[in-house]
Amino acid sequence: MNAAPLLSVSDLRVGFATEEGVVQAVDGVTFDLRHGEVVAIVGESGSGKSVTAQTIIGLTRANNARIEGSVVLDGQELTSAGDAEMRQLRGDRIAMVFQDPMTSFNPVYRLGNQIVEAIRAHRPDTSKREGRKRAVELFEAVGIPDAERRIDDYPHEFSGGMRQRAMIAMALALEPEVLIADEPTTALDVTIQAQILDLLEQLNRRRNLATILITHDLGVVAEVADRVLVMYAGKVVEEGTLDEIFYDPQHPYTWGLLGSLTRIDRPRPQRLPQIAGSPPSLLDLPEGCPFRPRCPHEFSKCSQYPGLEARPPDSPGHRDRCWLTPEEKKEKRMVEGQIGLEAPREAPSA
Amino acid sequence: MSEPGTNASLPLLEVTDLVKHFSIKRGVLIDREVGQVRAVDGVSFRIGRGETLGLVGESGSGKSTVCRAVLQLLAPTSGSVKFEGLEIAGLGRRQMRPLRRQMQMIFQDPYASLNPRKRIGQIVGDPLKRQNVASGSELRRQVQELLERVGLSSEHYNRFPHEFSGGQRQRIGIARALALKPKLVICDEPVSALDVSIQAQIVNLLDDLQDEFGLAYLFVAHDIGVVRHISDRIAVMNEGEIVEQGTADEVCERPKHNYTKKLLAAVPIPDPRESRERQHRSGSVQ
Repeated sequence: MNAAPLLSVSDLRVGFATEEGVVQAVDGVTFDLRHGEVVAIVGESGSGKSVTAQTIIGLTRANNARIEGSVVLDGQELTSAGDAEMRQLRGDRIAMVFQDPMTSFNPVYRLGNQIVEAIRAHRPDTSKREGRKRAVELFEAVGIPDAERRIDDYPHEFSGGMRQRAMIAMALALEPEVLIADEPTTALDVTIQAQILDLLEQLNRRRNLATILITHDLGVVAEVADRVLVMYAGKVVEEGTLDEIFYDPQHPYTWGLLGSLTRIDRPRPQRLPQIAGSPPSLLDLPEGCPFRPRCPHEFSKCSQYPGLEARPPDSPGHRDRCWLTPEEKKEKRMVEGQIGLEAPREAPSA
Repeated sequence: MSEPGTNASLPLLEVTDLVKHFSIKRGVLIDREVGQVRAVDGVSFRIGRGETLGLVGESGSGKSTVCRAVLQLLAPTSGSVKFEGLEIAGLGRRQMRPLRRQMQMIFQDPYASLNPRKRIGQIVGDPLKRQNVASGSELRRQVQELLERVGLSSEHYNRFPHEFSGGQRQRIGIARALALKPKLVICDEPVSALDVSIQAQIVNLLDDLQDEFGLAYLFVAHDIGVVRHISDRIAVMNEGEIVEQGTADEVCERPKHNYTKKLLAAVPIPDPRESRERQHRSGSVQ
C-alpha cells in the first residue's frame, strides 16, 4: 500500500504465567494501522482482543506477563520503551477509551479538573485557565450540551452515554494520533450507542484519527470500520476489508458471528442461528484449529492449525486460517439463503 | 396444579394502570418530600399463558421498575396487578410467598445475581428447599436434571459461580428460575451483558424452555432487535409510560410512535452497504 503505517504491530505475543501454566492470551497478532483508518478487532470474551489493545498502550506490563513481538508507532518501538517514555506517549500520541464509563473516572473529582490534570501532566506550561478553556472546547466537540457548566459536574451527575462522551473528550485532550476504543458502546443503550458511533466516525474523518475498535458485535463494526480482524483463542483467524468480511467471509467462526446477529431489517427466523458451545480454555487448547470442537465443517485436516494465508484468488489482503477451499466455503457458509454457521452435528455442551 | 380461581380464559397476568412514584426527600432531621420521580406512570398490559410480551425502552424508561412492581418486590403506588385473576398488588411478603412459585425472575447481571460463596447446586436448589418441594437426594436429582436441561452438566453441581463464563452463569440463573416450574418468568435484560454469539444461545434456550414448559415471559430489554425475535407482542416504554403496543411484527415493521421509530433506527444493521446508504440518507437530510 501507499504511505507507511502509523502503527505497526507484528507477531505480537502476550503470555501470562498463572498457577496452572502459561496463558497465551495473544498469539502472533500482526496488523498495520494508517492515518484516518478504523481497524476493528472482533471476537468473543477471552479471544485476546482486549489484551492486544492493552499491550499496545503498555497496560499489560506485569511481573507475570511475557510480551514478545513488536509494536512500532511512527518508527518508535513501544514494547521495549521504558515506563517513563510510555507515560509520555500515553494520552499524548495514543489514547484509550474503556468499556465502562462508570469506573473510568475518579468519582471524587470534577470532570473538568480531571481533564485539566491530564493536559497539565503532559504540557506543564499550560495554565489552569487555558486548560479549562480547552476542556470546555473538548466537551463541545464531543457533543455535551451546556459544556461551560457541565465541566464542573462530578462523574455521577452524568448519564452513561454522557460519561462515555466525557471519556472520549479526555482521550482527545492532547490530540493523539491513535485512539483505542475498547468496547466503547457495550455498556450503553442502543440509542446512545448509535450516537457514540457517529461521534467516533466524525472524529475519525475530521481529525484523521486512526482508531482501533475492539468489540464483540459485528453490527457495530459494520457502521464504522475500514478493516476487520477476527480473533479466536489468541490468534487472528480472519482479516480483510469490511466488505470482504461481510460479503465474502472465509472462516466458519466469522460465519457464526455474522449469523448470530439479529436483523431488524429482515423477517425473523424461527430460530436465531448460534455458535454452539463456548470458547476453549487457553490453558487447554484443542490440538490443531481451536475452533474445531464448535465447527460443524471440521474434517481430518483440522488437526493441524492452518497458517494465516490469503486463500481467495484475487484479494491478497484477505487472509484466513481455515483449510476448506474457497469454493467449499462459498457453498458451506450459506444457511437458508444467508451467511451463517450450520447447526452442529451433535448436541453442544454449554 | 390448578388452584381455585384458575380460569383458562383469564390472562395469566393483567396489569392495569400501574403507577410507581418515588419521592425525593431532603432534610436533616425531618425528611421533607421535595419532588417525585414518576418511574412508572399508568402502565397497562396483559400476558396470556405461554405468551411472550417484550418490553423495550431506554435506561430510565421504567422497565425494571415495572418488573419489580409486578413481582411486588416494590409496592406499587397505585394500580392493579392480577395474576390468574387474583389481585396481588399490596399483598405482603407472607401472602406473596406461595405465589412466588408461579412467578420467577432472571436478572441482567450474571455476575452479581449469583452468590459467589455458594455452590451451583445450592443456588439452583434453594428455591426448591425454601418452598419445601424437595430435599435430600431428590433435591439433588432435580437440580442435576435442571442443569442438564439448560445446557450445563450435572457435574457442575459442586462448582462455584466464578468457574463459569457469563453465558454459563446466565444458564444457572435460568435453571434457578425454572426450579419451581413457574408459569411466568420475568426476564430483566437477560442477554444484554453477554457476547452477541452467546446471546443467540440464551435466546434459543429460552425459546425451547417456553415450548417445553408452557412458560409465559415478560422479556425486558433495550435492544428491540432481540426483543422482536423472542416476543409475540411488544410494548414500547418511554418515560414511565407505554407509548405503543402491538404484535412484534406490527411494532417493528409498521411502528406508529416516533419513539419506536427512534429505537428501531438505532439498531445497527450488520450490512456495510446498507449502513453506508443509511448514512448518505441521514447526511442529506441534515
